[in-house]
Amino acid sequence: MNTVQPNVPRLFSSIAFLWFVVIVASLSGTPCLAQENSDCLACHSDKALAGTRKGKTIAVFVDEKKFGSSIHGSLACISCHTDLEKKELPHEEDLAPVNCGTCHSAEQELHSKSLHGKALSRGDPLAPSCKDCHGTHDILPSSNPKSTIAVLQIPFLCGKCHQEGAPVQRQRTIHQDHILENFSESIHGEGLLRKGLVVAPNCASCHTAHAILPHTDPSSSIGRRNIAATCTKCHALIEQVHRKIIKGELWEKEGNVLPACVDCHQPHKVRKVFYTQGMADKDCLRCHDNKDLKASKDGRLLFIHTEELASSRHNKTSCSQCHAGVNASRVRPCETITQKVDCASCHAEVGQQYQKSTHGALMAKNDPNAPTCKECHGTHGVLGKLNPQSATFATNVPDLCARCHREGQKAAMRYTGGQHGIIERYAESIHGRGLKKSGLTVTAMCTSCHTAHNVLPHTDSLSSVNTQNLPSTCGRCHHGIQEQFVQSIHATSIGKSDKKLPVCSDCHSAHTIRRADEEGFKLDIMTKCGRCHVDIAKTYFDTYHGKVSQLGYTKTAKCYDCHGAHDIQKVSDPRSHLSRDNVVSTCQKCHPGATRRFAGYLTHATHHDPEKYPFLFWTFWGMTSLLIGTFLFGGIHTLLWLPRALQMRRKRSKKVPDKNDTNPENSSSKENDGAS
Amino acid sequence: MERVKQEERQYQRFSRLNRVLHVVMIVSFMSLALTGMTLKFSYTQWAVILSRFFGGFESAGYIHRVAAVMMIGLFAAHFVDLTRRKRREHGTWRAMIFGPDTMLFNKRDLRDFIASLKWFLGKGPRPEYGRWTYWEKFDYIAVFWGITVIGSTGMMLWFPEIFTLIFPGWFINVATIIHSDEALLAVGFIFTVHFFNTHLRPEKFPMDIVIFTGRMPLEELQRDKPAEYKALIESGKLEEYLVEPYPPIVIRTVKAFGWTALAIGFSIVVWIIYAMVFAYR
Repeated sequence: MNTVQPNVPRLFSSIAFLWFVVIVASLSGTPCLAQENSDCLACHSDKALAGTRKGKTIAVFVDEKKFGSSIHGSLACISCHTDLEKKELPHEEDLAPVNCGTCHSAEQELHSKSLHGKALSRGDPLAPSCKDCHGTHDILPSSNPKSTIAVLQIPFLCGKCHQEGAPVQRQRTIHQDHILENFSESIHGEGLLRKGLVVAPNCASCHTAHAILPHTDPSSSIGRRNIAATCTKCHALIEQVHRKIIKGELWEKEGNVLPACVDCHQPHKVRKVFYTQGMADKDCLRCHDNKDLKASKDGRLLFIHTEELASSRHNKTSCSQCHAGVNASRVRPCETITQKVDCASCHAEVGQQYQKSTHGALMAKNDPNAPTCKECHGTHGVLGKLNPQSATFATNVPDLCARCHREGQKAAMRYTGGQHGIIERYAESIHGRGLKKSGLTVTAMCTSCHTAHNVLPHTDSLSSVNTQNLPSTCGRCHHGIQEQFVQSIHATSIGKSDKKLPVCSDCHSAHTIRRADEEGFKLDIMTKCGRCHVDIAKTYFDTYHGKVSQLGYTKTAKCYDCHGAHDIQKVSDPRSHLSRDNVVSTCQKCHPGATRRFAGYLTHATHHDPEKYPFLFWTFWGMTSLLIGTFLFGGIHTLLWLPRALQMRRKRSKKVPDKNDTNPENSSSKENDGAS
Repeated sequence: MERVKQEERQYQRFSRLNRVLHVVMIVSFMSLALTGMTLKFSYTQWAVILSRFFGGFESAGYIHRVAAVMMIGLFAAHFVDLTRRKRREHGTWRAMIFGPDTMLFNKRDLRDFIASLKWFLGKGPRPEYGRWTYWEKFDYIAVFWGITVIGSTGMMLWFPEIFTLIFPGWFINVATIIHSDEALLAVGFIFTVHFFNTHLRPEKFPMDIVIFTGRMPLEELQRDKPAEYKALIESGKLEEYLVEPYPPIVIRTVKAFGWTALAIGFSIVVWIIYAMVFAYR
């Protein structure tokens, strides 16, 4: 009886399913099973059959026996390979990937939101899709011990990628090491793998099967807020056990304040021990409170200032959270530590940014100059950036960066670009003075433009100070200006030019930014415009406005007074300050009585262009001829006269002695005149 | 005794009003030239310094306009003086314009000019110049031309909003070119040709102060303007024009003023040459 009984419902359900298929087929009225599986297998049962996918040759043999015994054995080929429906045989190659979500939509959705799904949609070649875990034609139910997703198989399935040395573990940012190894040694792994307890947790018990998310994600099953709920799925009454320490329900409600399970029971390494004894900070301080404690290897001081730690941002973080890898069962739990503190295990996003930055790239190359987290943030005394004592507090950041980037320091030494004396220049700039002299913490400092962790050279297209990104970087504070600028002719999305279009720094500079209402800046801006608009700037300096500004006065029309500063448009654009509708009111800003005729004044006129300005050209040459003619006449007349006049004077001075007798006083006064 | 008498007997060539007007003319002309040049040659360093000296471009502009009004005023005053003189000395405009002492060119000037050229080339004696030589007349008439041209374009630049009610905007550009080039002509001519003809030519070197004192020694009149001297002797009117010379303090003051004007004039010439030859972009 016992052996027959289970077969009854299975037999019943398969008969019911066959009936269902027949009914659906007949009701739909179309031959939906036009391609029977046997049609497909006519070819695909050939073991040597090969096909192509994306240019690669692949085996397309389908094992009929395995497929028949798989959970999908009763389905038609075309219910998964839907793109072959009603196609003539033999069909085209390069089939569309099978979409499991057609039937398994809930799982599909969870997967697409998960770490794996996101990596897949990014095109990460290491990202797993359905078939990487479940297989293809040979999918077995999880209840089948042979299934890849059978309870006992799961650690090895996940371990394919997450074991030490696997590409994922090496090339992707996974903050846990020796996962499979540690798990298999843990109390969970021991129960599952050695004792064969199928109720012992496997990977999916904590991480879920499809909704795998990083622990930093608030909706992750292993996130700080949810980890208690995940553990209590099995350890239902654990609250009572921990009541003394965590006061029951507070544990779950304020997961951010109180320790979470993993703070004591390290993931993948959980053992049946009294962690409160081995893992508490005070146990670390038993040795590290000693002021003379030194490392045996390099003699560096290992003393920990408890006051410093207590006032730090991490005062609620236990030692072992950062110094991971301790083994509470040892007398010296720290002797099992093999790796340096990895801040990214909590600050995952920041860690990823850092890795992509120039600083992180240098670190990856083991460059001795590379700054790590602690170079900027410190170690045990780490403070939040809003704490004025912190080195990362806004007003302290320039000094922090200056440690390496000041002229003569290590970063400045290896720098090959064109920006020099940046620390000094910044200090003199409007931003630097705002920050340091006025103490405005909202003023732009180093990280406001360069970002804190994503620091990249301006040549990198991902850099916040790359030409493409600069307007939005400056626009984070100067948003109104950015709005105008992105609409202007200088914006890369609008302006069409062979020359490089200007961005903020081309006119305002990078580190020497001055107030725009400063005299010097106002005068300087004309040469800035003139760097690209060479001819138009030259002709501007030929007119009254240009001449006055050339003398060093700003109370005259400069480029931006007429063309606008950030909202420059083509003159032909109706939005331009100089368009037909706007030009008169633009002139009226300075010349209240200006009319349309007045606006006809040529502000960029030159008398050197007979084509464009014939009136000016001919007036100029008319006047010049008059000048040359008059001077030639006067000059020749004078030059011809000179010898005769000298002759006269010589004759007269010969007569002087005669005159002296009659009029000595007169002639002596004349001599005096000559001498004076 | 005779010495004193000799000194007393100087010929009065210019009336008090004419002398005052010339001083006003010098002051206003120099001011106009200096302030205007700062703009014309704004690309030179001296223009920047000069502009600063005048208290900036706006204050230089005020000085320029005040001086312009002064010059227009003296022009008007000269017209009034001409009308009065016509009534007193000539009776009609016709008599004045075509009389022997006219300021306008006539046949005699053409003769004098040709004779002068011959004299320059050593082919004849020095002509017997009259009361007004042709180069003096040229200077005088040039002022009329200059004031008309520079004054009218200057008004356009002063009141562009009013002038563009009638003229198109580019007239202002044209006016700028005419104003500045005509001014360059005036400044250049006065500080070179006029300076030479009047002050620097060897007979007068270093300066002729008759325009400030109004009087010149008789023997100088005799030598310089023989025809006028003869006419005065013949008509017997010489006595009417003989006046006492100024005391030395006046002469010294006048000379100081003259030196200043000459120095400014020459500086301007040097600056212009520098700007046009060495600094021109």
